Amino acid sequence: MTENLKYTEEHEWIRIEDGDVAVIGITPFAQDALGDLVYVDLPETGRKLSKGDDFAVVESVKTAAEVYSPVSGEIVGINDNLSNDPELIKKSFDEGWIVKIKMDSPDEIAELMDKDSYAKFCEEQDH
Amino acid sequence: MTAEHKITERLSPESHDGNRGLHYEENLLWEKEHCDHPGVDLPQAENISLRTGLPERGAIGLPQVSEPQVVRHFVRLSTWNYSIDHGFFPLGSCTMKHNPRLNEKIARLPGFAHAHPLQPAETVQGALRVMYELQEWLSELTGLPGVCLAPAAGAHGELAGMMTIRRAHEAKGQGHRKIVLVPDSAHGTNPATAVICGYTTRTIKTSETGRLTIESFKEALGDGGDIAGMMVTNPNTCGLFESDILEISKLLHEAGGYFYCDGANFNALVGKIRPGAFGVDVMHINLHKTFSTPHGGGGPGSGPICVTDELAPYMPVPTVSHENDTYRLEYEDERPESLGRLRGFVGQFGMHVRALAYMMSHGADGLKQVSEDAVLGANYILSQLQNDFHVPFEGPCMHECLLTDKGLKEKGIQTIDIAKALCEYGYHPMTIYFPLVVNGAMLIEPTETESKDAMDRFITVMKSIAEDAQNGDADKFHHFPESTPRKRMDEVKAARQPTLRWRETS
Repeated sequence: MTENLKYTEEHEWIRIEDGDVAVIGITPFAQDALGDLVYVDLPETGRKLSKGDDFAVVESVKTAAEVYSPVSGEIVGINDNLSNDPELIKKSFDEGWIVKIKMDSPDEIAELMDKDSYAKFCEEQDH
Repeated sequence: MTAEHKITERLSPESHDGNRGLHYEENLLWEKEHCDHPGVDLPQAENISLRTGLPERGAIGLPQVSEPQVVRHFVRLSTWNYSIDHGFFPLGSCTMKHNPRLNEKIARLPGFAHAHPLQPAETVQGALRVMYELQEWLSELTGLPGVCLAPAAGAHGELAGMMTIRRAHEAKGQGHRKIVLVPDSAHGTNPATAVICGYTTRTIKTSETGRLTIESFKEALGDGGDIAGMMVTNPNTCGLFESDILEISKLLHEAGGYFYCDGANFNALVGKIRPGAFGVDVMHINLHKTFSTPHGGGGPGSGPICVTDELAPYMPVPTVSHENDTYRLEYEDERPESLGRLRGFVGQFGMHVRALAYMMSHGADGLKQVSEDAVLGANYILSQLQNDFHVPFEGPCMHECLLTDKGLKEKGIQTIDIAKALCEYGYHPMTIYFPLVVNGAMLIEPTETESKDAMDRFITVMKSIAEDAQNGDADKFHHFPESTPRKRMDEVKAARQPTLRWRETS
């Protein structure tokens, strides 16, 4: 986990670029729960999302999990490399991001968890 | 000492039903047998002239085998298939529980086996009576007076049940209700069924006790004006009775929604409580799960639905009625508000016979004992394994018990590895990674027919595996199973680069 990232209860990490672009991936907690990844179903660039919409499906040998948007906005970038190598998701924040969303209202970010409260949340989850 | 040694030491060879995998290879027919000589001697055809050209009649590589070769091939293949008839099956009734052979004897009586669905009703009165009696038994056991036997399987019963609810809402001018509440621990078929019926689903969160709470239900319900109903399995997929279900169903009814109960786990309740008493409006029954009809490749399935008086007019047709010593099928002309037919003819009649045979051979008291024994067995396993594996929710459980890989995962050994170790030691694994709300779930259902001896052997194997896992030989676990015809699968490769057709390898 990195200091300047934000986190959701759905186990996504969010990094802000250029003030209003949210770069979104899934956290090590989610990666670990999913196990070996076999496929990532990516959205199209240009799609508009409301907060809470699902925009991608990450499929592992155990299950398929939807990825939900923590913010409202428009998809301005997708990580095409994941189509060929889904396991990249686990490699690093720089290589494992899924989408970039240009946010309608960047202040939505304030509602998300920081590193410490997310760590605490994960601890409670792991019952 | 490895688990293998421990098992051998603890169980005498005669009592050990684990067989350490299977020791022979079986090729495909066209790999094994030459295709250039016939498997059957046919007399030379005389005075026949070929009308199609000979060049087109060359060999196309079909295997040429005799009858005994065919029989052996398929019997040998079949022994690679772990089944309830050759060992303890901790997946439980979800996949298969014991099919009493008495059911089969009764189903083979010529009057049942040879009945045709197009026969005039007066010539199949006995068959119709079987269906009528089954309706009566199901109605008595569920406390729900309307019964339709037509649905062809559990998921088909779900669809029939939710279509009945939709039909009722539409008839009452409540067609605007579009949301169905589904717990996060639900079977995947529940939200799928709701969506097929045109509904959207909203999740009810499971609490840390593994159950729904009134608070989480109220949060999902909102003001209730757009709620068509809820789909709840009770006992739930964590193997726990939903203790607040009475209050929850009251709140749902006050908001104008109907309660669909997934009957998958009814085998924990039969004869103990009628689901109608905790507010259920519609419920499907998996005859194979609760009433021991064949399933899992041997099927076919059968998923009757039971409904309240209020919903009975809307359920599918046909149903069997009884007047003046005569049994007959009622269709849309007599049930004009029905949603109509869902399949051809009357449903899986052969399964109706077997289910009724099971009910009548056990009687009301016997069915009650079935539930009690199923619950007792699961709790026995839970009590014996609770110090060896992490138990996410405090007991007691209902007919299945839930363990997880917490505490072992940290040593690099996960639920999947424990499942593979069970294959190595001659058992079919339990349900793994379900329910989804529990990390690394292992769900064990022994069913009511397992003897204490059989459960003790399974427990011994599980304890030995746990000890080995605690000692942390993760590499060994990652290579299980070793003694099976096929070793550890590369599941990622199988999913990403599947080989979907046979190719000659040499």
